[in-house]
Amino acid sequence: MDGPLLQLRGIGKNFGPVQALSGIDLDVPAGQVTALVGDNGAGKSTLIKTISGIWEPSHGQIIWQGQTAHFKTPRDATDAGIATVYQDLALCDNLDIVENMLLGHEVRRHLLLDEVSMETTAKQTLSDLRVTTVRNIRQPVGSLSGGQRQAVAVAKAVMLDAKLVIMDEPTAALGVSQTALVLDLIGRLARRGIGVVVVSHNLTDVFQVADRLAVLYLGRLVSTGPASEYDTASAVDLMTTGTSRRTGRADNGARIPDSGREG
Amino acid sequence: MTSTNPAPEKGEITADNGTDTPADIAVRTGAPAELMANSIGEYLRIWVKQIRSGESGALPVIIGLVVIVIFFQIKSSAFLSAGNLVNLMTQAAFIITLGMAEVFVLLLGEIDLAAGFTAACGAVIALYLVAKNYPWWVAILACLAATGLYGAVQGLIITRLRLPSFVVTLAGYLFLSGALLFLINSTGQIGNGGVIRLNSNVLNDIEAGALSASASWIVMILLVLLAGVMMYLRDHRRRSNGLVAPPLSVTLLKVAAIAVAGIVVVLVGNSNRGTLFLAVRGLPWVVLVVLAVLVIYSTLLSRTRFGRYIYAIGGNAEAARRAGVNTNRIKVAAFALCGMTAGITGIIYSSYLGSISSGVNGGANVLNAVAAAVIGGTSLFGGRGKMLDALLGGLVVGVIANGLQLLGLTASAQLMWTALVLVAAVTVDALTRRGRSTV
Repeated sequence: MDGPLLQLRGIGKNFGPVQALSGIDLDVPAGQVTALVGDNGAGKSTLIKTISGIWEPSHGQIIWQGQTAHFKTPRDATDAGIATVYQDLALCDNLDIVENMLLGHEVRRHLLLDEVSMETTAKQTLSDLRVTTVRNIRQPVGSLSGGQRQAVAVAKAVMLDAKLVIMDEPTAALGVSQTALVLDLIGRLARRGIGVVVVSHNLTDVFQVADRLAVLYLGRLVSTGPASEYDTASAVDLMTTGTSRRTGRADNGARIPDSGREG
Repeated sequence: MTSTNPAPEKGEITADNGTDTPADIAVRTGAPAELMANSIGEYLRIWVKQIRSGESGALPVIIGLVVIVIFFQIKSSAFLSAGNLVNLMTQAAFIITLGMAEVFVLLLGEIDLAAGFTAACGAVIALYLVAKNYPWWVAILACLAATGLYGAVQGLIITRLRLPSFVVTLAGYLFLSGALLFLINSTGQIGNGGVIRLNSNVLNDIEAGALSASASWIVMILLVLLAGVMMYLRDHRRRSNGLVAPPLSVTLLKVAAIAVAGIVVVLVGNSNRGTLFLAVRGLPWVVLVVLAVLVIYSTLLSRTRFGRYIYAIGGNAEAARRAGVNTNRIKVAAFALCGMTAGITGIIYSSYLGSISSGVNGGANVLNAVAAAVIGGTSLFGGRGKMLDALLGGLVVGVIANGLQLLGLTASAQLMWTALVLVAAVTVDALTRRGRSTV
C-alpha cells in the first residue's frame, strides 16, 4: 500500500473552553501496530473517540486511505473499516460466541436467521486468527476468560472487514498468560495487513507488541517514531514531562517528520 | 470440577485441557449438551452433570410440576381424572398466554403491569363488536389492533421519555382499570349490569368446544411429524456444512419425548369426560391456540433478527446499540407484542368465562402471569428466558389453583400456596446459579 492507512492532520478538539487535543499530526500505517501512550488525561481516549466517530474533531482533518473523511457516527467509521474495541468489549454475556460476533450483521435465509452460514463465518474468522481451541463456539460469552472475551471482540471487528482496529487498553484487566495471548493476537492482526492502534498504560506490553510509538502529553503529540528508537525510560520521560533528553527525538510538540518507511 | 490447567500454548486461546471429558467441558462452558455429545449415553451424562451444576433448563419446573400433581392426586383421586385435566387446560390457558406476553418485556429487563387490564379492555372491544353482530374475526382483529397499539404507546413513553417501565405500566394499570369501567358503561344496553355476554359461537368454542377425537389424533401426529422433520433437516444442514450437529439418537430421543407428551395430551382430551348419557371427547380448541402461539413466538424469539436483538438488549443494551441495533424500536415492538398477546389472552379469558365484566381482577391476573414466567425460568433482569417457560410455569400456577379448588380450599389458601411455590422456584434458581458460579 502506498501512503499510510490513516493520516491525522492538525486534529484539535475543544470541549467549550477546554482544549483536549491540539495540532495532532499522526500517520497510522497498515500492517503495523501503533501504540498510543500517555498519562491519564493526555487525550488518548479523546483521540480514539475522534477517529472512531463518537464525535467530530473541532479542527484538522482525518484522511482515511488517502481521502478526507468525516465520520459523524460510530457507524460511519465502522462502515469505512475502522473498528474500535473498547475496554468494556461490548459483548452480551447471555449470547454465544457466534451470536456476539454477528450481532447487528445477522445473515438471513427466507426471513429466518441462517445459523449455519453465520457459524461457518465465525468459525472461519476464529481459525484465521488461530483462536482455535475454544472448543465450542456455541457457548455463552459469559463463560469465557478475559483473554478469550478480548479475542471474541477482536474477531468480531476483523469479521466486519476492518482495515484499522483500535483497541483501548486491551490488556488492562488480564493476567499474565491471558495478556500474552492477546498480545500475540495483536501481532497476528498486523501481519494480516490490518492497521492496529493500541492504547495502553502498560509500557512492558507496548514494547513487546508495538512497531511504532506515539506519545501524547497534555493533548499534544510530543513524539512519534519506530518503537525501536525508544526505551522505557525515554517513553516515561515523554509521557510525564513531554520531553526527554535521553533520546533527542523530539521535544514539546515538535514533530519528527516520518513517512511510513522502516520495516 | 476444578482441574489444573496447563499453561496455554502460545498463540492459542485455550478453553480446556486435553484430559477433560466432553461432559466436563459442557458443564464448565455452558455449551449445549447435544452439540458436545457424540452418543446418547454421553448426552445423558452431560445432561446429568449440567443439572447438578445448575444449568438445568426446564427440568426443575417439570419435576416440581410432577411433585405437585402427585400430591394432589393423593389428596383427591378426582385430580387426575380426564374431566379435571381438561378443566385444567382450559383454566391455565389465559395465564399461559399472558405469561408469554410478559416474556417479551421480561427479556428486556422490563415489565408490563397493565397487561391484565389490557386483556380485559381488549375483551370488551371484541365482545362489544360481536354483540353488534360484526363477524368474529373482525372482533378479534379489532381487539388485537387496539391492544397492540396500546402496548406500543406504553413502549413509546418508556423509550422516548426514558421512564422506568414499572412506573409507566403501573400508571397504565390504573388508567386501564378505569377505562374498563368506562368502556363497559359506554356500551349501554349491551353491558347492562357491568357484564357483556359473549355472543359468538366461534369465540365461545375456543374454550368450550373441542376437536373430534380423530381430528385430535391427526393434528397431534402432524405436529410431532413436523417437529421431527424440522429437527432432522436442521441437523442435516449443519452436518452437510461441516458443523457439529447432535447425534441422531439424541434427536430421536427428543422427538420421542415430544411424541409422548402429545400422546398423553390427546389421550386425556379424548377420554370421555361427559355424563353417562352424553359423551364429551376431544381436545379443547384452546390447546391448539396456545400451541400455535407458542410455536410462532418461539420462532420469533429464537430464529429472527428481532428475537436476537431482544436477547442482546436484555444482556447488554449498550453492546446492542453499538452494534447498530435500534434499541428503542425493538423495545417499542416488544411492548406492542406484549399488548397484542394480552389481547389474545382477553379473548381466551372471555371465552372461558362466557362474558367479560367490570369486576375482572386484572391485577391478580398479571401478577400470576409474571409469576408463571419466572417459575418457568425467565429472569426478571432480562436476557434469559423462553416462551416455553410461560407454558410450564403457567401449568404450575394452574395446577395449584385447580388442585386447591378441588380440595375445597378457599382463594386465600390458593394465593398463599402460589406465593410459596413462586418463592421456592426463584430460590431453586438462585441456589443452582450460585452453585454454578463456584465451578
